[in-house]
Amino acid sequence: MRYYDKLIFELSHKGRTGYSLPGSSLGKVALPSELLRKSPLDLPEVSEVDVVRHYTNLSQMNFGVDTGFYPLGSCTMKYNPKINEEIAAHPLFAGLHPLQPAETVKGAQEVIDGLDAALAAITGMKHFTFLPCAGAHGELTGLMLMREYHLAKGDTARVKVIVPDSAHGTNPASAAVCGLEIVEVKSGADGLVDVEALKPLLGPDVAGIMMTNPNTLGLFERQIGEIAKLVHEAGGLLYYDGANMNPLLGKVRPGDMGFDIMHLNLHKTFSTPHGGGGPGSGPVGVGERVLPYLRIPQTSGFHGNFGVMLRAYAYILMLGREHVKMAGPLATLSANYIKESLKDCYKLPIPTVCKHEFVFDGLINDGAREGKAGATTLDVAKRLLDYGYHAPTIYFPLLFHQALMIEPTETESLETLDDFIAVMKKIAAEAAEDPDILHGAPHNAPIGRPDETTAARNPILKA
Amino acid sequence: MAGFSYFPHTDDDIRVMLERVGVRSLDDLYSDVPADFIYKGEYDLPAAMSEQEVRDFFEELGKKNTQLKVFVGQGAYDHYVPSVLPYITSRSEFLTAYTPYQCEISQGTLRYIFEWQSMVCRLTGMDVANASMYDGPSAAAEALRMSVACTRKRNKVVVSTKLMQNVLDVVKTYLKYPDIEVVYAWDVLTELGPDVAGVIVPSICRHGVIQDLTGIADAVHAAGALLIEYCDPSALAVLKTPAEWGADIAVGDGQSLGIPLCYGGPYVGFLACKSDYMRKLPGRIVGQSVDASGKRCFVLTLQAREQHIRREKATSNICSNQSLMALWVTVYLSLMGPEGLRKVNELSCAGAHYLYDELLKTGRFEEAFPGRPFLKEFCLKPLVPVATLQQKLLDAGFFGALELDGYVTFCVTEKRTKAEIDALVAVVKEIAL
Repeated sequence: MRYYDKLIFELSHKGRTGYSLPGSSLGKVALPSELLRKSPLDLPEVSEVDVVRHYTNLSQMNFGVDTGFYPLGSCTMKYNPKINEEIAAHPLFAGLHPLQPAETVKGAQEVIDGLDAALAAITGMKHFTFLPCAGAHGELTGLMLMREYHLAKGDTARVKVIVPDSAHGTNPASAAVCGLEIVEVKSGADGLVDVEALKPLLGPDVAGIMMTNPNTLGLFERQIGEIAKLVHEAGGLLYYDGANMNPLLGKVRPGDMGFDIMHLNLHKTFSTPHGGGGPGSGPVGVGERVLPYLRIPQTSGFHGNFGVMLRAYAYILMLGREHVKMAGPLATLSANYIKESLKDCYKLPIPTVCKHEFVFDGLINDGAREGKAGATTLDVAKRLLDYGYHAPTIYFPLLFHQALMIEPTETESLETLDDFIAVMKKIAAEAAEDPDILHGAPHNAPIGRPDETTAARNPILKA
Repeated sequence: MAGFSYFPHTDDDIRVMLERVGVRSLDDLYSDVPADFIYKGEYDLPAAMSEQEVRDFFEELGKKNTQLKVFVGQGAYDHYVPSVLPYITSRSEFLTAYTPYQCEISQGTLRYIFEWQSMVCRLTGMDVANASMYDGPSAAAEALRMSVACTRKRNKVVVSTKLMQNVLDVVKTYLKYPDIEVVYAWDVLTELGPDVAGVIVPSICRHGVIQDLTGIADAVHAAGALLIEYCDPSALAVLKTPAEWGADIAVGDGQSLGIPLCYGGPYVGFLACKSDYMRKLPGRIVGQSVDASGKRCFVLTLQAREQHIRREKATSNICSNQSLMALWVTVYLSLMGPEGLRKVNELSCAGAHYLYDELLKTGRFEEAFPGRPFLKEFCLKPLVPVATLQQKLLDAGFFGALELDGYVTFCVTEKRTKAEIDALVAVVKEIAL
């Protein structure tokens, strides 16, 4: 990757034009001057070729799934099929106004209904709402449904939601934004929710529990049947955080485990691209209990991210009922293969079979010696960039101080995994030899490690 | 496992991998899952399709939609999308990247977000913008929550009913559960009081009338509250900015800046504020820094505000942005520049006023808000049955005359030609009075 240092504003040259607009025979309308903008609008004045070259240069400082292996834990960076993009840009859909009458958008409605039915079949839920635009947005919508369910029964006392200590950070944040109080339940030494610790937390003030299964350690919460029974008996609901749905794709359905509400990340499990942070789509599915309330929360402006839904539907149609059964198992196989291949170099706190991802707790030999600090998980991550890989998720989950969370997905070949394993071993050897090699990484990315402290202390947030 | 293009595993590969893991079959990888939860049925999904079949399938579905000339806005505007936009935004280095956690290999994403933040500030006159929100309506809701976080011991917000319906709906949803008191008012100044944290008003009302916000900011500030302005960012090329009206926070939807209609999404929300409130701004923010060797670089910054650090103490749960849609807007604004965006507004405004005058001349409408200024969107009072009017327009290939508060609303962008406007008017003329 080459370093390119321009901002578009720095290419601006007064009088240069990048647009092409039609002329008009309709003249100009004078609006009242007191309503008009007084300050000049300082946008760049650049030609079309300036724009294309600038953004092409910027793209070349970026790493995507199409660039190389992206084992970012909990993010499910699977390959994004290109037919999805073609379908999403289809002019017969792209030109539809969201408020067009129903009889003029029958095809779009069939997309929504078809995707709804497919997701219901895959998850065992009844129906989905597609309004949420991301996973966290889905959590928020799902928790609103949880509240509606209790409020409809006149039960205003249920203001607590139980969240395991291994949960994604968005879980407690979503619950708080929804006016719920968070009660944390501890994990046991095996990394699973401790059912005995859960029991005393349940009561008439509990709205429900949020679970990720497999959890963020990549472990299946095998007590889920018992947990569902206990929570339901206490009058609560179960929320399934679908961030980790990928290993269960084609194998296990959240509805069958007793979950009442769930979200899916179409940008994870259903192969729609992450777009550098969005747009995603976080549809929320519900079982029988919550179905009457599904249409109540209006959390986005129109019908949700329809373009993302088109992509996910195309993916499901390509998979079909034959291949869907292989997605989860192959993702799980890949994760276990890497785990078993690297456990001699990296600390594996929980050695049992994992699902789609697993967590190492740093290097076994970090190279620390008198007068020299050892290599940390951050150092390993930065060194991976030098070798042409995206780094795994680091320092999450919070249960382990040197957490390094690896998720390979089902779209990577054995050769890709073997190459990655070889590089991870090489990095472990480098650390043992001289941790400074890692401390200084990355050495050949467009930039070196940034000064984040100064950036936060004296923020420069615009040009 | 031969025969499926997204899974590279051969049978031999699977065998080798199972051996390394120490299990005999793929099923054994699920030995930790209670048997009851392993799905044993056949998934109720269609059989796998080839790529050609998928293409044909969507072509057929697409044909079931009616392609119409759009003469309605209400938060989704049919502006022209330059060909550079889909070209650049489909570059897979942008498209297939995750959130820029590893900044050393994400400088492309981080730089365009920094440019987006800069452009949002320049359009609105605000000091700081975040990396984007899901859409305009949810950004409005987040801004109201932010106003509560910014003010002490105030837990009430005042929402103008002049906002578009979908903004009102989303605001109502977001504020229902966290126990923030919401008051809706046509004239927000009547509801000010010592417990009010924030007030939100549109710069263009739901009926298309450009608002004269003179005196509003002073009154809101005198009451100790923050003023939030909901605006159409395209229109800010010509209309008085939120900063010029004295607003503290500006929000809106970036769709009008080059994003296709696409049946309502994905779009992109923006949220910008005065620097006083920077540390309460929700969402991702990109800042400029230097790397170890002094090179200029860009990083995610001020993360102490965010959910992954603060967890339940965070004021917002948003943990991503609509990054790629922010890129659409950034590239659009780069191409248009100040002149192009001004011309888009002039053309749209001229077309809208021409349609307005011609529709009145047909005798099928009366003015709804005589003498009130509008830009590209307006309301009229219909003198013919609305259902007939809408059906005649649909039959002729137009989407217009959406019913709103007893009026009908129209919108004209620079994409609508004089010939199209004349054709629409001709359809109206045929409707019997």
